[in-house]
Amino acid sequence: MKFGIVVFPGTWSDRDCYYSISNILGQKAAYIWHKDTDLSGFDCIVLPGGFSYGDYLRTGAIARFSPVMEAVADYSQKGRPVIGICNGFQVLCEAHLLPGVLRQNDHLQYRCQWTYLKTINTSTLFTSKCKQDRVLKIPISHYEGRYYADDDTLKELEDTSRVVFRYATPEGQVTGEANPNGSLNSIAGIINKQGNVLGMMPHPERSCEDILGSTDGNLIWESIIASI
Amino acid sequence: MPVSKEQLEEIALSRKEYNLIVQKMGREPTEVELGLFGSLWSEHCGYKHSKALLKLFPNKGKYVLVKPGEENAGVIDIGDGQVVGFKMESHNHPSYIEPYQGAATGVGGIVRDIFTMGLRPIALMNSLRFGPLSQPHNRYLFGGVVGGIGGYGNCLGIADVGGEIYFDDCYTGNPLVNAFCLGTGKAGELVKGRASGEGNLIMLVGSDTGRDGLHGASGLASRTFEEVRELRSAVQVGNPFMEKLLIEACLELAKTDWIVGMQDCGAAGLTSATVEAADKGGSGLDIDVQKVPRREKGMTAYEVMLSESQERMIVIVKKGYEGKVRALFDHWELHSDIIGTVTSDRMVTIRDGGQVVAHAPVETLNTPPVYRFRPKRPAWLDDLQSLNLSKIKDIPSRQAGKILLKLLATPNICSKHKVYRQYDHQVGDNSVVLPGSDAAVIRIQETPKAISMVCDGNGRYCYVNPFLGGVIAVAEAARNTACSGARPMAITNCLNFGNPDKNDVYYQLQECIKGMSQACKKLKTPVISGNVSLYNETRGVAIFPTPVVGMVGLIKNVEHHCTSAFKNSGDIVFLLGNPGDDAGLGSSEYLELIHSKVEGSQQIDLETEKQVQDCVIKAIERGLLNSAHDCSDGGLAVALAESCIQGGIGFSGNLNAKGRLDTALFGESQSRIIVSVSPGAARRLESLAFRFNVPVTRLGIVGGRQFSLKGHIDLPVSELHQAWWNGL
Repeated sequence: MKFGIVVFPGTWSDRDCYYSISNILGQKAAYIWHKDTDLSGFDCIVLPGGFSYGDYLRTGAIARFSPVMEAVADYSQKGRPVIGICNGFQVLCEAHLLPGVLRQNDHLQYRCQWTYLKTINTSTLFTSKCKQDRVLKIPISHYEGRYYADDDTLKELEDTSRVVFRYATPEGQVTGEANPNGSLNSIAGIINKQGNVLGMMPHPERSCEDILGSTDGNLIWESIIASI
Repeated sequence: MPVSKEQLEEIALSRKEYNLIVQKMGREPTEVELGLFGSLWSEHCGYKHSKALLKLFPNKGKYVLVKPGEENAGVIDIGDGQVVGFKMESHNHPSYIEPYQGAATGVGGIVRDIFTMGLRPIALMNSLRFGPLSQPHNRYLFGGVVGGIGGYGNCLGIADVGGEIYFDDCYTGNPLVNAFCLGTGKAGELVKGRASGEGNLIMLVGSDTGRDGLHGASGLASRTFEEVRELRSAVQVGNPFMEKLLIEACLELAKTDWIVGMQDCGAAGLTSATVEAADKGGSGLDIDVQKVPRREKGMTAYEVMLSESQERMIVIVKKGYEGKVRALFDHWELHSDIIGTVTSDRMVTIRDGGQVVAHAPVETLNTPPVYRFRPKRPAWLDDLQSLNLSKIKDIPSRQAGKILLKLLATPNICSKHKVYRQYDHQVGDNSVVLPGSDAAVIRIQETPKAISMVCDGNGRYCYVNPFLGGVIAVAEAARNTACSGARPMAITNCLNFGNPDKNDVYYQLQECIKGMSQACKKLKTPVISGNVSLYNETRGVAIFPTPVVGMVGLIKNVEHHCTSAFKNSGDIVFLLGNPGDDAGLGSSEYLELIHSKVEGSQQIDLETEKQVQDCVIKAIERGLLNSAHDCSDGGLAVALAESCIQGGIGFSGNLNAKGRLDTALFGESQSRIIVSVSPGAARRLESLAFRFNVPVTRLGIVGGRQFSLKGHIDLPVSELHQAWWNGL
């Protein structure tokens, strides 16, 4: 299967996604420059992390106007898989392909650290290989990662099992202390109504090898591969 | 027109230097020419006070591909056609005036030095020093600098994998901000910073040129601190997004055969970029400042040439390829403008439209005078170096635990996670050992190799004994490298000193360099790049002489690397090296924190040092060790405690303290490494140590939740952790 990795000016996780998908998971991958609009030939679109347009405006607010984003919207409406990681999650929210917004971390500092994720919904196409009681060790690296949505949206997300990951302790307890940025309901990742667009702040492409400290990111990639 | 005193002061040239310029030119220089000389003859660009001493550094070695001064950064060969380039640079003065932007642009500058050469930057480190955080202004500087490093570096997607932070009164008002960058590439694909080939085009790429950073090199970096307070306009403002685009565009360009050279606009902006490139290329150049795109109206030729606006690159494009090069930059949404041509006359010609405003020989511009002094050893060093222990009371056993907790909590020793968690240290998918261990380890993708890197320096040691302090700076960096399992390969350095016109300061500079050189020779780690930052003084008081070493080592097989954390219950803990003596208390963290004294020289024997390091590297390569940790600031007790804290596991052992208890626990005697091995490997380690002629002492066993040194300390690891974790 072939992954298309979108590159905006300022994106930097593109190379890590490419490396993990091709070298570790043995799948095909290609970069998609943000001005390109032809997404045919890709089985999954990845919006990677980074600082698109320097994040000088609200994160993702400029990138959503890139030509590729209209194509990504069309692509997702056809029910095909789109995963947004970190800045990619922010772009998806700005593009209204996912509800809510990522605000500045509650402590007002950038945060790079390992986080432990509890998979809340294991029946999505992105998490079918994850087990409910198995905590995923995947790192974060962001300044704007505090998930926020209004009460109605949040309730809808919870009621329809669209919260996919929550920050937890290494033992799987969802606690305030384990929440690294003040996200509402400790949300680390959500999915759209149709179930084919995932946004998550942690970086699964950084946890695909033992030598880097974790292979749990592979579960997400492998779930996607298995779904195609 | 004779030049005024004020004009000369503005560009920090002496009357004597001015007269030398007139003599060499055969006439008075024009205003623009004088600006060019002021920058290129500044200490920052011209190294006029330090050049004679820098020659002492060994810079040859079988791995060395690019030596200091040849290009923007030094380069070493790590085998199989792969190369690694690295360099460290100071941004002390700008960071003092405007901490966020000063530190941010320091990162920007060092990153450009790397990708200019066609190397992809993959790791950053930084070495920082501030006054005590109890003073609000120091805390402001600290917060701003850390924010600036993160704000800039995180946006670039380069892993910031570590460094060091120290606090001392002498850095109040004189913070040190030294940034390190390392890049990787292929041996045959290095780009040179040269301009050659008559008729080739000089292209300026990236940001527009503004008035920011005027006189950065001559004004800021070559003066003392009280003078720079008024010079806020000399600090530049960084645009990391632009830098990120430049990285990608320039690395793509480096793979083509459309260019002859590339050079970043750093200190002294267009002036040093173009003149140095012409000098290296053995050519001349003809530039029209009217063609330089500007941020603001009404800029003079002088201002355009001296602006230090960030994120700008000079590309020397082969004639006929300008369309292709421009299309490449257009793709990355970057400006590119042809501002001049390469000539063969060895002259720098600067035009402002139709008018020639400067016309000077390249060689004269780029050959500043070199000053030599014969410094005398300051008499006050005698008192400082003697350690009168009869006046320092040893500690009773019952206080040992309390002092250990105090040392673990002191900002110089405690956990720096509050800083490094603000830096992205994992981007790039290469970070094997994250910040917090003795050295960071970065693997080289698609190979079994890894690179270990560390920043190290100890201003207090150098203040008390400049020569030995220099030796130890290198030795300790190498020891940290060895503890990760890497063979030390080469170093870069930042030499942070006071005003070199003062005899004492020049003596410190000379002795530190001599000491570093001696250690580099013994440990076979040539100096491949570096930077000198002088005039670090406030109100006539210089900082501690603070050479900072950036050491890089090679791990052949990344599976065999090591960290400082204890791993398994039941592992046996050994000390490799001599147990140490009372000299270890000299200029120690303990002596300052507990007794408020800075005195007494450390001692080091380089032969022993080399043996200990070789032994530990061999032991890690053979897979014998489960942990290795350099015994440095805070001594044996702190090192053992750190290994426990990081491993989340206890330790119990004995201390055979025959002499002073504080020496045994907190003395910082050099050339000592604490290692842990599984019981089955203990004999093999002992025989290996014997073969390397390294003394080995059994200290105790890993396990449980207590940290216990029988009869002296018995504390829960959680309590040690709490002190250490919350120190900052």
